[in-house]
Amino acid sequence: MRNPQLNTHGELTHLLSIEGLPREVIIHILDTASSFLKVSAREVKKVPLLRGKSVFNVFFENSTRTRTTFEIAAKRLSADVINLDVTRSSTAKGETLLDTVDNLVAMHADMFVVRHAASGAPHLIAEHLRRLGKDSVHVINAGDGRHAHPTQGLLDMYTIRHYKKDFSHLVVAVVGDILHSRVARSDLHALLTLGVAEVRVIGPQTLLPTAVAAMGVRVCHDLATGLRDCDVVIMLRLQNERMNGALLPSAREYFSCYGLTPQALALARPDAIVMHPGPMNRGVEIDSDVADGPQAVILPQVTFGIAVRMAVMGILTGN
Amino acid sequence: MSDRTLRIRNARLIDPANGIDNPCDLYLADGKIAAIGKAPANFVADRLIDANGLIACPGLVDLSSRLGRIESELKAAVAGGVTSLACPPDTRPPLDEAGLVERLVRRSEELGLARVYPIGALTQQLAGEKLSEMHGLARAGCIAFSQAKHPLIDTQLLLRAMQYAATFGLSVRLRPQDQFLAREGVAHDGEVASRLGLTGIPVAAETVAIATALHLAAATGVRLHLSRLSSAAGVNLIRSARGAGIEVTCDVSIYHLHLTESAIGYFDSHSRFDPPLRSASDRAALLAAAAEGLAAVCSDHTPIDADGKQLPFAEALPGASGLELLLPLTLLWAAQNKLPLATALARITCDPARILGIEAGSLAVGSPADVCVFDPHARWRVTPEALFSQGKNTPFLGHELSGRVRLTVVGGRIVFSA
Repeated sequence: MRNPQLNTHGELTHLLSIEGLPREVIIHILDTASSFLKVSAREVKKVPLLRGKSVFNVFFENSTRTRTTFEIAAKRLSADVINLDVTRSSTAKGETLLDTVDNLVAMHADMFVVRHAASGAPHLIAEHLRRLGKDSVHVINAGDGRHAHPTQGLLDMYTIRHYKKDFSHLVVAVVGDILHSRVARSDLHALLTLGVAEVRVIGPQTLLPTAVAAMGVRVCHDLATGLRDCDVVIMLRLQNERMNGALLPSAREYFSCYGLTPQALALARPDAIVMHPGPMNRGVEIDSDVADGPQAVILPQVTFGIAVRMAVMGILTGN
Repeated sequence: MSDRTLRIRNARLIDPANGIDNPCDLYLADGKIAAIGKAPANFVADRLIDANGLIACPGLVDLSSRLGRIESELKAAVAGGVTSLACPPDTRPPLDEAGLVERLVRRSEELGLARVYPIGALTQQLAGEKLSEMHGLARAGCIAFSQAKHPLIDTQLLLRAMQYAATFGLSVRLRPQDQFLAREGVAHDGEVASRLGLTGIPVAAETVAIATALHLAAATGVRLHLSRLSSAAGVNLIRSARGAGIEVTCDVSIYHLHLTESAIGYFDSHSRFDPPLRSASDRAALLAAAAEGLAAVCSDHTPIDADGKQLPFAEALPGASGLELLLPLTLLWAAQNKLPLATALARITCDPARILGIEAGSLAVGSPADVCVFDPHARWRVTPEALFSQGKNTPFLGHELSGRVRLTVVGGRIVFSA
């Protein structure tokens, strides 16, 4: 099967998912992000890489944080950024997803940054552009349903590499609602592609995908077992709607079983880092003492995120 | 065509119902099979068809075809060699009144293409609240009763529906899927759904519903047919029920014999099916069930326009166009599994005819002259233009398949030739 992210020359033309990305491509993105990190630290935070290009943020699902980081990344590359809040406009009038895309293509968009509630929506758009012969228009998946959030996965890898240098000896635990998490799926694919020593997923059975073990990860239902001797702990946000009693009895019980407290974290390696894609639910999945503690690298993740998104945009446009 | 008599010469005749597989001539007269092999006395053929290199078999019988626009879909049927088909009741409006059933039958008779056998709604409006007038619907032409894709969640009502149907010797068809376990599900709850972040439908959604249906069927003695099995565990339940003497039949769709969850690839909405395509081991069990005759094979024809498929996977409508692919995909199944052609053809001719209780699927002398003549080796590419059906939706779009229908005869009349 053709990998829809790569063009006929094997170059990255869309970023839809970490799954299927060759290791070298991931490393190339991380290396490129390194150089962009310096740009963001400068007095003049701009390079002219995407000058004259139009980047459309097309968000079919609400998000302020992710959209903002994409907007900052595009602007630091000197692109023109257009934000479309599609949740409130066209789809409400009955326009289909592909109708919306056709309209934006007619406005000469060079890049779509897409978030959608349905898994696979960015793939559908990429396939549609291919049929239209619009090879110069690129799609970045900014989160689709439960499927993927590849730039988050990449920034998580950037963060891990920044603090741990080498992936090969690491034990990484991903804790919480794996079932509904596109971040988790992207992290798992990235970690496995980069060849860490062990990936563990920790959570109750109601929050784990049925066949997650088939991806090549170790499944733990017990937090203490799962955290023992970990180098990296990735906490996931627990959405409020998961706590209505159908999947979990209560936030209180969840915290008591799976909340990351200083005591639980003490089971990991002393130099373990704690990550979270944000926004955090303090007291639900993570204790404030951990979130604000010395092992947390949650704010650096945000900084790295901008550099990673700049790198992805630069690479997609052939720079 | 007003020819009263027809002779089909030089064909390899395969009639699974009567254990025939050899080259011989077929004689049709007055809408019936007049003779096989040797011409009846004084037979003069109004029309002679030379079928050298072709196979003649009973017209195919399809257990489930949604018709949408009836004219195009019945054209698709005869172009696919299908001469009899059962139409599920989830038409708009649903088939829960005798008048609607009579109209459908009349309309299909006027078209004079394939024979249409309506399946009546088991409950009024398919709403699962009140029993439909099954006796009257049966007199209007319904050959069985079902809830189509709307499962009856009230088990007491299901028991009553079976009791009532059994009273009049009517048969009940159910699509076994527990509504709660399948809630919001769009794909098999396995590796692909886990990886792609699609909501899964566990195998238990099928087995729980099968177990319920089997227990109630045993209690009522109703003739039960379970439509479109998808799992190995489901097949095992049917096999042991049959072993225990429960009279139950079942079918699988031709697509489920060929595809697994991996066909979804990168969210290909053409591979969204209801029930979902499952794992390789499930498919293996379905193949075994079809090969041994435990399950009949159906097209599960579901025409969907492009708008219904050009959507993100979970929002796309499930199902595929199947009438014109039933025969080629059955031939492919037989070839890939080294199955005698007669065995494979039985699953789409005499077996479904027996399940439906209709006079079809046989070339015995005196049977209705419903015949399909096809070239098993003719290759063709599945393209939107090649399909008569309004539904161009199939995961086999772009594939090249073997097996092209050359002649379809219904009641002695040539309704399709190519």
